[in-house]
Amino acid sequence: MRYSPAAGIGWVISRCAGLGKKYGLEWWILVAGAIIILAIVSMALFAGSIAPFSPYDQDTGPQLAPPGGEHLMGTDNLQRDVWSRIVHGSRTILRVAVLAAIISSVLGITLGLISGFSGGFFDRVLSLVMDSVYSFPGLILAIALAAMLGPGVINITLSVAVIYIPTYFRLVRGQTLSIKEELYVEAAKAIGASGSTILWQYIFPNVIATTVVVFTLNVADAIMIEAALTYLGLGLPPSIVDWGMDLSMGKKFLPSGQWWLITFPGAMISLLAVGFTMLGEGLAEILNPRLLER
Amino acid sequence: MATILEIEDLSVHFPINIGTVQAVQDVNLRLEQGEVMGLVGESGCGKSTLGFSIVRLLRPPGKIVKGRILYHGQDIVQMSQKEILSLRGRKIAMIFQDPLTSLNPLFRIDRQFIETLFTHERGLDKKTAFRRAEKMLESLGISPERLSEYPHQMSGGMRQRIMIGMGLILNPDLLIADEPTTALDVIVEAQFLDLLNDLRRQYNLTIILITHNLGNVAQLADRITVMYGGTIAEVGQANTIFEDPLHPYTQGLLSSIPNIKLDQPKLKTMPGSPPDLVDPPSGCVFHPRCPYVKEICRVQKPETFTEDGRLVSCWLYG
Amino acid sequence: MVFILLSIVFVVLRIMPGDPVSSMLGGHAPESVIEQKKEALGLNRPIALQYLHYLWQICRLDLGDSMVFKQRVTKAIAEKIPATIELTICGILITLFLGVFLGAYAADRRGMVQDYVIRLYGIVVYCIPVFWMGLMLQLIFGIWLDMLPIAGRTGPRVFASTFEKTGLYVLDTILVRDFSALGDVLIHLVLPAFTLGLVLSGIFVRLTRANMLDVLKADYITAAEARGIRHRKIVYKHALKNAFIPILTMMGLQIALLMAGAVLTETTFSWPGMGRLLLERIYLRDYPTIQGVIIMIALIVAMASLIVDIIYAIVDPRVRY
Repeated sequence: MRYSPAAGIGWVISRCAGLGKKYGLEWWILVAGAIIILAIVSMALFAGSIAPFSPYDQDTGPQLAPPGGEHLMGTDNLQRDVWSRIVHGSRTILRVAVLAAIISSVLGITLGLISGFSGGFFDRVLSLVMDSVYSFPGLILAIALAAMLGPGVINITLSVAVIYIPTYFRLVRGQTLSIKEELYVEAAKAIGASGSTILWQYIFPNVIATTVVVFTLNVADAIMIEAALTYLGLGLPPSIVDWGMDLSMGKKFLPSGQWWLITFPGAMISLLAVGFTMLGEGLAEILNPRLLER
Repeated sequence: MATILEIEDLSVHFPINIGTVQAVQDVNLRLEQGEVMGLVGESGCGKSTLGFSIVRLLRPPGKIVKGRILYHGQDIVQMSQKEILSLRGRKIAMIFQDPLTSLNPLFRIDRQFIETLFTHERGLDKKTAFRRAEKMLESLGISPERLSEYPHQMSGGMRQRIMIGMGLILNPDLLIADEPTTALDVIVEAQFLDLLNDLRRQYNLTIILITHNLGNVAQLADRITVMYGGTIAEVGQANTIFEDPLHPYTQGLLSSIPNIKLDQPKLKTMPGSPPDLVDPPSGCVFHPRCPYVKEICRVQKPETFTEDGRLVSCWLYG
Repeated sequence: MVFILLSIVFVVLRIMPGDPVSSMLGGHAPESVIEQKKEALGLNRPIALQYLHYLWQICRLDLGDSMVFKQRVTKAIAEKIPATIELTICGILITLFLGVFLGAYAADRRGMVQDYVIRLYGIVVYCIPVFWMGLMLQLIFGIWLDMLPIAGRTGPRVFASTFEKTGLYVLDTILVRDFSALGDVLIHLVLPAFTLGLVLSGIFVRLTRANMLDVLKADYITAAEARGIRHRKIVYKHALKNAFIPILTMMGLQIALLMAGAVLTETTFSWPGMGRLLLERIYLRDYPTIQGVIIMIALIVAMASLIVDIIYAIVDPRVRY
């Protein structure tokens, strides 16, 4: 039997409403975040079809035209369509932020698990290093790295990724340490489970829940750092379409009042970050209400 | 003797997500000036809630849904916020269970006293206020130098006396003491009760002593009100209740007190457990555990019957 | 821990691909010249020795010389630091005021509309990039409304040399009693400080609210209510003072974020501070200065937690006695 798309949507909505009643506000925050993210991800995926012009096309219309008519968000000084640049820019920022978060999490979680589990000298040294990096302003570290490594998507992704490794490390290590002491782990050891079994089958699943929340918030943060780096002119060559860079280019025209050049890119950055934050916060409250006591 | 407080048909409910907790249900009580009324019952019977309701200090979501609380004829339930504020501390004072957590750890003692004074007596100058605080401390047996200290620098008994001091500094008519000795050790507890007795005479205080400790009540109270499951089981003179408890719950309560003189092979307990106040039993709240339960007890809430000047809510006496 | 930070800085600044000296000399310089320069800068010595030399220099507070300009790095930083300090302090003040009072208000009105709005504010505000906030504020208040200046610390008719002493212009103008200059300085501080302060206030709103909710459940609050003390006094005096202490600790941890925000704010508002210096020198590839600034930031961050501990001891009597 075939279900019509309308029925499908109706089912999703009713499920959402049901969970909403159960969890209250937090659930709606999560949903709101998810919707925002989905919208922007779709924008990124279908950029070619959505954008009316190519983001590089320097002849789409009059120079510095205000929003209206053909150009939803106006044009810039090189006669490019701002809306098209926004649409394509979503790809860059999502790519960098998500990839950086993945790299961070994989490295951070792995190191955290190993360090927490094995303890000893290795653990102590690594913790010290991680704590030091953690206490240092992430952005400034990223700036230094990006400046040293030079422009490029890979480089900027790495710069952003490095900053968050300590976050995952600390979180996972802490949890590993406390789970290690739990009775059921002792029981497992007693029946002869090997170190790696305990690590992957007992500790890891417990750690996952909090990690997912941190991951979403990490992406939100990474978005902000990526935008900051490109705004400062570090990290990406001008040939790549990016919101942060558009902001820095649009800055020049601020005194002459061409507000659309900075308003839209900045708003998009904020929106995307808000989306991930809402998703993360909503998730945190639902998975464990007292989890993030910030 | 004048009636200082009269509670009529008071009901207090707490709406929570799984239902509504009927913490206090149809309670009637009369308090005479100058007496000490012991309000006893086990945890969760509603005695503290009742105490808090008198000064409208219920924590949300608690609400007074029905009834009147008449203080010198004025209904507290209907009073405006301003009237209640002027009542609290000045006419009706309340002291609490844990003196350490009842005092703001960041403020010095003198500051907390003076603040209370200033709140109710606007034109007071600092010096007079300070003097009064000193006198109060002296009368409580604490050296006035300790006024400049912080709460954590004092012992538990001293803190409790400070609490009383702050409660009595404005010479209220009524003192509500919510489990005041639970956090104190036995010796300090005895001293505290003596102190309370002295103060009661000195200030002509009326005291509501809320406690689950029957020993306290035996020592201090003139009359006792026994509460169970949000309702009043019986009210009467202290010694009469101890000698001849009428309500089956009171009987069970008193007989469960271990008696060192008797040869008891086993401690006597009451079967069953306290009622679920979200979904209380029909009829009499106590009927599931009552050894004398009758048919009517299951269906209809008992009325209050008078027996020799005592009040009891039980069909046995109807 | 500071030690580890400094080591990390050392490593990071030497990982770049390519040769700094040849790019500095223009890319087409003859080998011999490059070698000479390298020798002079000590870049030919083994890495371990360079590392030790680096640490030794820091102990002597010698951050080397700029590769691009003829100046000592320490001097360059010292010139710019007061501007950053002034900005940061004002930012902190705004963050605290906004964050703490909004948070307390939200806790007081728990469950009501104001609470939800303020909580939303807390989430959203943090997600607004500092520099975008700065640009938008410039747009609205500087261009459209033309009320506030959008760049620099002083206006065109005010000359800092007439009053500059500590570098903290607010202080300096007061000291020389030049109140019109004071006005000018203050007005230039408004937008940058608000930009910095607003973005971080979100964190404090949520922290304050959470702490206040806990504190408001405490017995001493009920006891105070039982004494007839007015509600507003209870919330904003009794409760807030208790909730404030953990917030203060949090403040120390936020210095790192403040520094980061300061860099972005300074760039946006052409504020002549350490942050802008950092970026300038990055564009110019002046590695010693870059290194110097980053070291300075690391030291500031490390000091901040120390200062917070001291303040904590002052505020909480339980620690003192």
